Amino acid sequence: MQVLGLYNYWVVIILMMAGLYILIARYNLIKKMIGLGVFQTSIFYLYITMGKVQGGTAPILADGIEQYSNPLPHVLILTAIVVGVATTAVALALIVRIYEEFDTIEEDEIKAIESAEQDS
Amino acid sequence: MIADQLPALQIVIPMLAAPLCVLVKRSNACWAIALVANVLVVINAFALLHQVRTDGVIRYALGGWAAPTGIEYYVDTMNAIMLLLVSFISCVTLVFAYTSVKKTVVTGKHYLFYAAWMLCLTGLLGISITGDAFNVFVFLEISSLATYMLLAFGSDRRALTASFRYLIMGSVGASFILIGIGFLYAATGALNMVDLAQRIPDAESQRAVLVAFSFLTIGLMIKAAVFPLHGWLANAYQHAPIAVTAFLAGTATKVSLYVLLRFFFSIFGPNYSFGAMLLNVVLLPAAIVGFLLLSLVAIFQTDLRRMLAYSSVAQIGYIVAAFCLATQSGLTAGIVHIINHGIIKTALFMSVGCIIYRVGHAHIGSLDNLMKKMPLTVTAFIISGLGLIGVPLTVGFISKFSLIGASLERGWWMVGALVLVSSLFAIVYVGRVVEIMVFRSSRTDTPEPTGMREAPMSMLVPMYVLIGISLWFGISGSTTLSVASEAAAALLGGYQ
Amino acid sequence: MKLYRRQRHRVLQIVTKLIIPFVLLFALYVQFHGDYGPGGGFQAGVIFASAFVLHGLIFGLQRTRQVITPSMLRVLMALGVLIYLGTGIVSMLLGGNLLDYDFLAHDPKHGQHWGIFAVELGVGVTVTAVMISLFYSFASKR
Repeated sequence: MQVLGLYNYWVVIILMMAGLYILIARYNLIKKMIGLGVFQTSIFYLYITMGKVQGGTAPILADGIEQYSNPLPHVLILTAIVVGVATTAVALALIVRIYEEFDTIEEDEIKAIESAEQDS
Repeated sequence: MIADQLPALQIVIPMLAAPLCVLVKRSNACWAIALVANVLVVINAFALLHQVRTDGVIRYALGGWAAPTGIEYYVDTMNAIMLLLVSFISCVTLVFAYTSVKKTVVTGKHYLFYAAWMLCLTGLLGISITGDAFNVFVFLEISSLATYMLLAFGSDRRALTASFRYLIMGSVGASFILIGIGFLYAATGALNMVDLAQRIPDAESQRAVLVAFSFLTIGLMIKAAVFPLHGWLANAYQHAPIAVTAFLAGTATKVSLYVLLRFFFSIFGPNYSFGAMLLNVVLLPAAIVGFLLLSLVAIFQTDLRRMLAYSSVAQIGYIVAAFCLATQSGLTAGIVHIINHGIIKTALFMSVGCIIYRVGHAHIGSLDNLMKKMPLTVTAFIISGLGLIGVPLTVGFISKFSLIGASLERGWWMVGALVLVSSLFAIVYVGRVVEIMVFRSSRTDTPEPTGMREAPMSMLVPMYVLIGISLWFGISGSTTLSVASEAAAALLGGYQ
Repeated sequence: MKLYRRQRHRVLQIVTKLIIPFVLLFALYVQFHGDYGPGGGFQAGVIFASAFVLHGLIFGLQRTRQVITPSMLRVLMALGVLIYLGTGIVSMLLGGNLLDYDFLAHDPKHGQHWGIFAVELGVGVTVTAVMISLFYSFASKR
């Protein structure tokens, strides 16, 4: 039963592997970014799961509550989410520029164009 | 009072310069702001190094929250060296950048270029100074995001794809580091590096620590471009604006190597990293194959920047091999080579920048007889190229000599021998370029390009400053060696 | 034709006009409540920006750009970071470490209050500006 009890971590692992797979296997740059997003989200889940205390509530001081969840992972992950947003924004901006320059966002086509350029 | 605030100022000054650049927007003014900030940062780093060497470790509590609760900046000799190296190289390349940026970057975007540069510097300095594991990740991402932006300023459209590929690789690497830090936190409940170092011996048997170690190693290897994971580096270095390449070649991978050192030696401790985890079984072969193979690959490149990029990966191989010795002299050799390679590689990329500024490209084959047209640039290339090979009286000699000495001392004479073999490859790839530039006379059928003359002073002066320093360090090697051995002792001694 | 296009979204336009003040107000609530309750600069900044994004979607980018011009955004972006760093520097000048809010007022409790208030304001301004400029730069592409 212990294995099932860790279902949060199973979700993390499945999301992480799915994200990495999309990142590696897809040629479309936007899809790559989606893969990266899923991958990063799985890490957020990992941290949040870590911070959860069984039976604890949100860490806001109130009467009659003794047990709180650990707020630190949430704070850390808030930072990581902001970083993730920034990364996505930069990546999308780059993709837009790549599309303007190469007229495609398929990586294999871009590679073909680039290697043709290299030869000339 | 100001002496207490030096660690904070190290970060605040470049961070302040970035929004000021965005506000001011005028190209020259932005450059001036960035340069003033950078000079201040160099002075600050000097003061820090001096302070650390006289008074010992500095711990600075951000926000007044003492160490385990709050984030602290932790400066020992190792950090101080990195701070000085990063800020100095940034300062010199910034002077160099003025002319080349005017030529290559779109006019309206200069302020963004300098702002990104300052943010990148902030990130790199932050990684070097912080004593908090999660803070390392945050600063790593600040510097990486700024780097992606700087790379994309390249005039070639391939700069965009190079930047995107680096973004994917870099984000995966940073995410791995994030996972590693998460597992460490789960296993020990600490994020502060000193705290972590104290708690890991008790948690060593937990599988979470093992997983954290693996993730951190892989993530940092991507960021530092250690051999099998160096794929992003060549394209990025080739297509970025040349000033950015010079800046990154001297700093970005070096800072990642520093983090690697910090985690392996200070936090996990050499006994765990190299004893229990058998890190040298994994890393040493990678490093050796790296410096042999990529020195060989460098020989067959047609583009000067790409050749130097592969040579960079090979040099990182030397540094990692030196770390794997895990002895006082091995670490000293590694740290000395971080400094020395940072200086010579930046100087080399600067000379390539001068060539590109005048010739317009860096195809090795068509640089014939360049010595006649640009003697100062070519001389600079030759001097720093000799440093790369490791000829006596250059910095390269100091670091290779100490590396070979350290490997003999450890009894791994094969490593020393292979370093010598790869130096032979270095002679070939540097020699080939020098042969073309100096001895091969111009083909008669190509028309003489008009206006071919020496690069402007604003590019030559910073280049020769670096070369002067590299010669000085090469002739009196004791300066760097003594500082580096202090740093190595600090790393091996662990946190007090 | 032009008249028709403007009238086509009449309902949406009026509803949007009604909603936007409340969105802005909620953003300000989240912003200024952030020092002693859930909330803060990041969330408030995004909510604040979402009002402008909504305006841009319904009334067209042209008109939103008249409300907040890109150069204004550039200034705001830098200003937020400067507010944040300025707080840190002021606390340094008053004798504390960087971002040590205890020194910002006579008594540390008030100091912490003022400090977090100023820092969150800086964060909020920058996040708002960044979010809107992200919207501008992607929405203006064809």
